[in-house]
Amino acid sequence: MTHPDFLWRNPEPRPAYDVVIVGGGGHGLATAYYLARNHGITNVAVLEKGWLAGGNMARNTTVIRSNYLWDESAAIYEHSLKLWEGLSDELDYDLQFSQRGVLNLAHNLGDVREGRRRVNANRLNGVDAEWLDADEVKKFCPVINVSERARYPVMGATLQRRGGIAKHDHVAWALARKADAYGVDLIQGCEVTGFEITDGRAVAVRTSKGRIAAGKIALASAGHTSVLAAEAGIRLPLQSHPLQALVSELLEPVLDCVVMSNAVHVYVSQAHKGELVMGAGIDPYNSYGQRGAFHVIEAQMAAALELFPIFSRVRVLRTWAGIVDVSPDASPIVGRTPVEGLYINAGWGTGGFKATPGSGWVYAHTIAHGEPHPLAEPFALDRFTTGALIDEHGAAAVAH
Amino acid sequence: MMLIECPHCGPRDENEFRYGGQAGVSYRPEDTSDEEWAGYVFLRDNPKGWFHERWFHVHGCRTWFSVERHTLTHEIRKAP
Repeated sequence: MTHPDFLWRNPEPRPAYDVVIVGGGGHGLATAYYLARNHGITNVAVLEKGWLAGGNMARNTTVIRSNYLWDESAAIYEHSLKLWEGLSDELDYDLQFSQRGVLNLAHNLGDVREGRRRVNANRLNGVDAEWLDADEVKKFCPVINVSERARYPVMGATLQRRGGIAKHDHVAWALARKADAYGVDLIQGCEVTGFEITDGRAVAVRTSKGRIAAGKIALASAGHTSVLAAEAGIRLPLQSHPLQALVSELLEPVLDCVVMSNAVHVYVSQAHKGELVMGAGIDPYNSYGQRGAFHVIEAQMAAALELFPIFSRVRVLRTWAGIVDVSPDASPIVGRTPVEGLYINAGWGTGGFKATPGSGWVYAHTIAHGEPHPLAEPFALDRFTTGALIDEHGAAAVAH
Repeated sequence: MMLIECPHCGPRDENEFRYGGQAGVSYRPEDTSDEEWAGYVFLRDNPKGWFHERWFHVHGCRTWFSVERHTLTHEIRKAP
């Protein structure tokens, strides 16, 4: 079989659509795909100001897991993980989804208690989870330094064997190809600059390619959601920060699982191609600059080398940053907004990639029915007024 | 790394400072509605452009101060 020249058309926008999705990243593409597949809604445009999946979808560290502490989070991320498990076959595209196991290391007694609690919470929610002591961690991942004299001693770890990684570009291309095949218009180089709101209802978007009328408008714009929402007069509890990541030069296979450490803010896996992929915590200040400070990378590397002395002579190939929108409780905001016909899917912060299919699934349902999907309901915008927060700060992970 | 001008110590490296978020958020009295309280606790501006914000010279003179910083270019100018 020869590879096709193009996986999707590159159409100009039509004057009107039933649904306009703002943002052609992973979540926007997944939403378009499930709108067509699950709800038969195909008169849909995905508007992307740059090129498809060129924002955070191209910049994340591809970790997939569902071992979140709270019931609401476990439910939506586990739904997503179950979708991942069938997605390569369904999309007829090798997503290089590899369930190689995700370790979350514990470095002190607080971490140990938190980790064991999370294992129990996960099991009660039907999420696979195990507790490993330091010896078992060493057996599962021999290159970790578990010496008692280490700066960050490893006292144990949680393990989710069904967690792992996938090839982010393939995920975007596969979703785009299928959405396009359903008739969805994927429109690149089309920036949304404002909304037309009549009697409290959003009826059209203003774009760099002109006005486009829409039955419903769905934001899937990650770090730029606040800027767009402001155009519709909505103030959101989101702050945009740079999140940096890096890759090493290509290495022989040396690390066959994902290792995360909340306490020292580092997460590491080895991509199929051979590079070590590492991510850090956010740069602390608000920014849309898609770059961060080198001292953040330096601190992250210092921690990584304490955990993996074997990497001491590995060279960094490149570093970059994406803009992540962080909510006050580190949980996403999915659902309706005060403007009728305008929907929001944002606040996935540092951990949106793993949620790609699950997010698309519940967001498509929410848009199609005008009512939140049951899994999305707890993540409504009004939780910041009612106080029903889903506080995953530190509970599941600082780093995602 | 940004160079941030502390009003007491002059220009110093970014990693001597701690970020304090949006400046000018005043405390609310107790007789507010749930919506006003949620706004006070959770809502902060998040502009793409100039942002009036707080910094704390935690590893220096420990002065809190405000600057205006551009969130796209990271350019800093003194707050008016």
